[in-house]
Amino acid sequence: MLIIQILLTIFFLFALAKVVGRWRAGDLRMTDMVWWLLFWVAAIIVVLLPNSTATLAKLVGIGRGADLVVYVALVLIFFIIFRLIIKIELLNKDITKLVRKISLDENKDEKNNLV
Amino acid sequence: MFFVVVPAYNEAKSIGRVVSDLFSHGLHNIVVVDDGSSDDTSEVAKSAGAVVLTHEVNRGQGASLQTGNEYALANGANMVVHFDADGQFNPADIHGAVEALQNKNVDVLLGSRFLDNRSQMPWTKKYIVLPVAKLVNRFLTGMKLTDAHNGFRILSRRALEKINISQDRMAHNSEIIKQIKMHNLAFMEHPVQVNYFEYGQGMGGGFKIILEILQGRLIK
Repeated sequence: MLIIQILLTIFFLFALAKVVGRWRAGDLRMTDMVWWLLFWVAAIIVVLLPNSTATLAKLVGIGRGADLVVYVALVLIFFIIFRLIIKIELLNKDITKLVRKISLDENKDEKNNLV
Repeated sequence: MFFVVVPAYNEAKSIGRVVSDLFSHGLHNIVVVDDGSSDDTSEVAKSAGAVVLTHEVNRGQGASLQTGNEYALANGANMVVHFDADGQFNPADIHGAVEALQNKNVDVLLGSRFLDNRSQMPWTKKYIVLPVAKLVNRFLTGMKLTDAHNGFRILSRRALEKINISQDRMAHNSEIIKQIKMHNLAFMEHPVQVNYFEYGQGMGGGFKIILEILQGRLIK
């Protein structure tokens, strides 16, 4: 076994433990936890059996298994970034709503002398 | 009831004068929205006699205007003017603008720096930045206007009820124009004077606005 395989496997196991830990702490929903578990288990399989991706790569017309992994990883990462940006923007809008409500509520007790 | 909404972020130096100028021009119900300033904007505005709404954290000019609009609506406004806190606008323009809006019986009045020649602006702004901004606005909103991104505007109650500013930062200007069109609100342009002490948005700001608008289209 190559050293890189050992290092990566150790890291992925660590990531797996983190996923379970987050789920136990209530920071991760059940469905999200399952997806992350599947993801890291798949990563371990790919690292320990590098040739496992080759068949799939050939099937979709890519030369090497490693290339397929890189392509899929990039697509996923960009998609996740896109989702995160949208989510942050929605959070921003929620924060604005809260800030606005607080500012309007706080003013209710003031004497404003409107004419 | 007539309200003046003045969004202010760290404008302690100018807000006092702006508010008292508005009062001395016979205006009332001046609402300063302190957008999370770290200086004394709130205190200065309050002691000048304005109603002060305070955003706990900075949310941007669009968000501040919407807060002011909602306050005005809740307190029986039939008209709101948006006015800058940095002293760029001339309060003497308000009365004429209100008259014009009532005479033409429209829902929205947009200030324009190009309908008379009182506004002195840097030539780069006049001949490069603004024409580009106008084109972009026209492209994104489908409305042809003589000015772009001028913060002076008057909204009738009908317009206030229809227009909802969701662009928190600077893209609200184009958003308002878009919503005027979307809700078929009658509008007009009216000459206003803008004094430039600083350069304002500049090029970088313009690009940021375009990005905000495009991002806003993706989200909704």
